[in-house]
Amino acid sequence: MALSGSKQRISGHSKKAQYGAFTGYVLVVLAILLGIALLTVSLVQPTTFSGLRGLFSDATQPVSRANAAGRSGGRNFIDSVQGFLEAGQQNADLKKEVEIARIRLAEAKAVEEENRRLKALLGLQTTDVKPVAVARLVGSSSSSTRRFAYLGAGRSSGVKPGMPVRSERGIVGRVLEASRSSSRVLLITDSESVLPVRRAGDNTVAFAEGRGDGLINIRLINLGINPLKRGDVFVTSGAGGLYRPGIAVAIVTRLTDDGAVARIISNPAATDFVAVEPLWQPDARRGAATPIEEALGTNDTVDGGAQEPEAQ
Amino acid sequence: MIDRRAYKTRRGKSGRQINRDQSPFLLVFVPWATILLASYLQSIPIATAGPLLPPLGFLFLLAWRLLRPGVLPIWSGIIFGMWDDLFSGQPFGSAILLFSATMLVIEIIDIRFPWRGFAQDWAIAAGIAVVYIIATTLVSGSRLTLPLFASVVPQLLLSIVAYPFIAFIVSRLDRLRNMRLRTIA
Repeated sequence: MALSGSKQRISGHSKKAQYGAFTGYVLVVLAILLGIALLTVSLVQPTTFSGLRGLFSDATQPVSRANAAGRSGGRNFIDSVQGFLEAGQQNADLKKEVEIARIRLAEAKAVEEENRRLKALLGLQTTDVKPVAVARLVGSSSSSTRRFAYLGAGRSSGVKPGMPVRSERGIVGRVLEASRSSSRVLLITDSESVLPVRRAGDNTVAFAEGRGDGLINIRLINLGINPLKRGDVFVTSGAGGLYRPGIAVAIVTRLTDDGAVARIISNPAATDFVAVEPLWQPDARRGAATPIEEALGTNDTVDGGAQEPEAQ
Repeated sequence: MIDRRAYKTRRGKSGRQINRDQSPFLLVFVPWATILLASYLQSIPIATAGPLLPPLGFLFLLAWRLLRPGVLPIWSGIIFGMWDDLFSGQPFGSAILLFSATMLVIEIIDIRFPWRGFAQDWAIAAGIAVVYIIATTLVSGSRLTLPLFASVVPQLLLSIVAYPFIAFIVSRLDRLRNMRLRTIA
């Protein structure tokens, strides 16, 4: 019988070697059973091992961070080499682009003017949300079918599970687990991620579901004639209270029967720094989590939140 | 007549042979460290359009196990798996299960086919890697849809192509592992 784990590959008549081989087989079978048990636990209750993961993610944080910095540096270097090679063509293109940009700028000024006028009319104010933390995406689960990213900021900078994560272009995902100095982000392309969205420009509401392969399924809530077109941009609708409304999510690339397939606008591969924003409507979140039988907010408003609800 | 001294025979591929022995630290450290490092590295580069990167830790484990049987104990899948689970994004336990099962399967293959060439090793590694990647997809906890499985295909092909390179790296590391550094009196 072959025997691994020992210098001796053949156990032969040696009792010691035979026991060693036997112990090895027992251990590997136990390991498989342990694996099945742990897997079942973590599929049923995905947050069970978040503490352990967080501990190691914190510990490897400096390396990941240095690597993330190096990566963006490397990208800049490649960009500049590429730019040097394509300088001539680029120059001509840019000249054309500048001309178009001048026209667009003039148009934008007009729109801005109109916007200000209309806002004054409505008595609205632009409220800029201050981000909880700004940090680098230091890694991602690039070999798994789940789409997670690791963020270089954690509980110590105020990051809490559930908070939306965005780049300057649009939504990236939301925080799933936060440990001391790092956190795990569920990207919007993960197949477990569902995000309420609406079409920019009108109120066609839909759900943006991740597909796990970098694309997003847009599923319309009102079924009927599919009103979508290629190139439609979807933004967060604010429903559910998690994401602030009006942040870009995805752009439609292909129509399907009940919606469309869309590409994400803020590709995590191209993002360097991201901002963690506070929950948009924490009260609404709390309300959704409270069972119907319980009164919402009585503890806070009536008793000042000091008393525990009486046990029935 | 006295022949020229054959100095060359006193130097092996890994340094001076006479009066030197392998370092017991390197013998164990090199395979363990490379597999653990590879498992960690797969979380670092951002390429998130889909699952693209081959499961590096797993491929290194395969390469070490197939090229140097006896270096890794059969139960080592539990340690490597636990470590891999911390960084891979899979639900905790999936790599413990699959790595351990892999070790057991290769053990059985080893008993049945003790003498193999590289081509057979590659075929075995490719077969196991395909089963492994599909199994990780099944237990990943994501909704199992057709596009998800389609997105796994590039990763599968990349893993199969990557195995010879990883085996090459492992063979070089094995030379490092066997360096005769320790002086015996």
